[in-house]
Amino acid sequence: MNLAGHFSYWITILLAITGLYIVIARGNLIKKLVGLGIFQTSVYLLYIAPGKLIGGTAPIIDGQFTLYSNPLPHVLILTAIVVGVATLALGLALVVRIREAYGSIEEDEILELDKTGVFPDTTTSKPA
Amino acid sequence: MIAQHFPVLQVVLPLIAAPLMILLRRGTLAWLLAVIVSWTGLFISLSLLAQVADGSVISYAIGSWPPPWGIEYRIDRVNALLLMLVSLIAAVVVIYSRASVAAELPAHQHYLFYTLFSLCLAGLLGISATGDAFNLFVFLEISSLSSYVLIALGRDRRALMASYQYLVMGTIGATFYIIGVGLLYLMTGTLNMADMAHRLSGVTEVRPVLAALAFITVGICLKLALFPLHLWLPNAYAYAPSAVTAFLAATATKVSVYVLLRFYYSIYGESAVFSALPMGKILLLLSLAAMFIASAIAIFQADLKRLFAYSSVAQIGYITLGISFDSATGLTAGIVHLFNHALTKGALFMLLGCFVLRLGRVRFSDIGGIARVMPFTSFGIVLGGLSLIGVPGTVGFISKWYLVLAALESGQWWIALAIVLSSLLAVVYVWRFVEAAYFQEPDAGIAQLKEAPLEMLVPAWLMIAACFYFGLDASLTIDGAAQAAATLLQGLQ
Repeated sequence: MNLAGHFSYWITILLAITGLYIVIARGNLIKKLVGLGIFQTSVYLLYIAPGKLIGGTAPIIDGQFTLYSNPLPHVLILTAIVVGVATLALGLALVVRIREAYGSIEEDEILELDKTGVFPDTTTSKPA
Repeated sequence: MIAQHFPVLQVVLPLIAAPLMILLRRGTLAWLLAVIVSWTGLFISLSLLAQVADGSVISYAIGSWPPPWGIEYRIDRVNALLLMLVSLIAAVVVIYSRASVAAELPAHQHYLFYTLFSLCLAGLLGISATGDAFNLFVFLEISSLSSYVLIALGRDRRALMASYQYLVMGTIGATFYIIGVGLLYLMTGTLNMADMAHRLSGVTEVRPVLAALAFITVGICLKLALFPLHLWLPNAYAYAPSAVTAFLAATATKVSVYVLLRFYYSIYGESAVFSALPMGKILLLLSLAAMFIASAIAIFQADLKRLFAYSSVAQIGYITLGISFDSATGLTAGIVHLFNHALTKGALFMLLGCFVLRLGRVRFSDIGGIARVMPFTSFGIVLGGLSLIGVPGTVGFISKWYLVLAALESGQWWIALAIVLSSLLAVVYVWRFVEAAYFQEPDAGIAQLKEAPLEMLVPAWLMIAACFYFGLDASLTIDGAAQAAATLLQGLQ
């Protein structure tokens, strides 16, 4: 078992666990999104690290080189990053709306408000 | 000529329509476009279904890049059925949605609603049509992100929290899925499902491949709300606008079931998942837990939308129960219940939307005696409820009949008993509605309500009628499901 040789996987696992832990353990809605972001980032590493070959160059065909790195993981992860950005943006937008509706971004306070608080009139629409 | 591009048009039409709707900026125009797109989509999906009915497979190379290098859309008898189901539900819901959305959302959000609806439709159709594991992830996120927003459009402020929770869990699920696909890509060097299946054959016991299976299973089960990963579902369905609930309840979880089937049967192969691993037993236990626990929770709900949301969790249990038998009959039962439950739940949530239109919400305390003033809506819910219970003559009976057959075939008679017992729990919660709507005196507020408009009742009753049509003459659905099951069991060629 080559521990040092697999260091990129160790970092991936560490990031994934850290991210998931933050999502589960933190009650602050923004911190949860940060955790989610870290969790997603670990996947980027999982894809990109194996695409690199030691001694390989950029995949532009040239007579001098025979060894190329795999470009496909980068392209895939570019897509995944876009998805991650969209998710984070939407999540933050939701937190803004939650703050407007509840006056809090702490999960336990919000759940408490839902249990005991007075609900806004359900027949009128929310502010745009 | 154009017909050869049907596989991609199916997905791309709603995808292109979505930004056009933003440019239109008018609710009515956006709605018209949504109607055109979804009905064209239904026509395309029926044509695709007819093309693959003989067991042939349509392979469409996006941008003419041949698979496995380019992205392939691959239509066989399994996903043609799914495409038809999703398109059908979308076509019916979009007609229904006009009056419902007009009442539940402020006017300046209408065109945005139809934009998101089209995006969500494109995502769900894309998941079903694609033959590329990474492309599937992208469509999964398109459909998920749009459904988070659709849920957050609900009038109650709790819709925001429901949407946020769904966003967190949905993203974890999608990320788990993509970790699984990443591990598979590391091992096989391909993302094309058929190519992946070919390269995995015989080496599925390698550890990263097994880890990938675990990640994909957990990720997709989060999306399909398999017990105990269903926590996002009840609030999301309860607080979303009625049209959204009807659409998502009938399609989103079903498409996720399809993804699970695709990975289990087409990519890993039935023997690698069910013979070498105890996946069947795990699914069986979770399905039984869903059937009993979710049904039992449903009984104690004060809100009808929440009640039927928990009932959805239980019904998903029946679908996965069918899959867990790992037999042709079980798989047929699972697929036919997938179709039948989509019809039933779509109809039920559409009818609940009629109550929401008149009352603003649907708590048991609000609907005492409502059957006197809204007889068609109430009677529709009773009929839909009969289908949930599985009374003979409804589609629910067909599903449960095949589930019981599969249970007896596998020699586990106690599961057949469990199916019947859990149906009794459905009797209890449907009866709660009957008692409130029919046996209570309407108060003054209720007595002055009017029946829901026809443009909402007709689509909902069409679905109820379908519940009975396919309940009395099940040859079409059973044949379709049996052929899909046979295709899955064959694996990808």
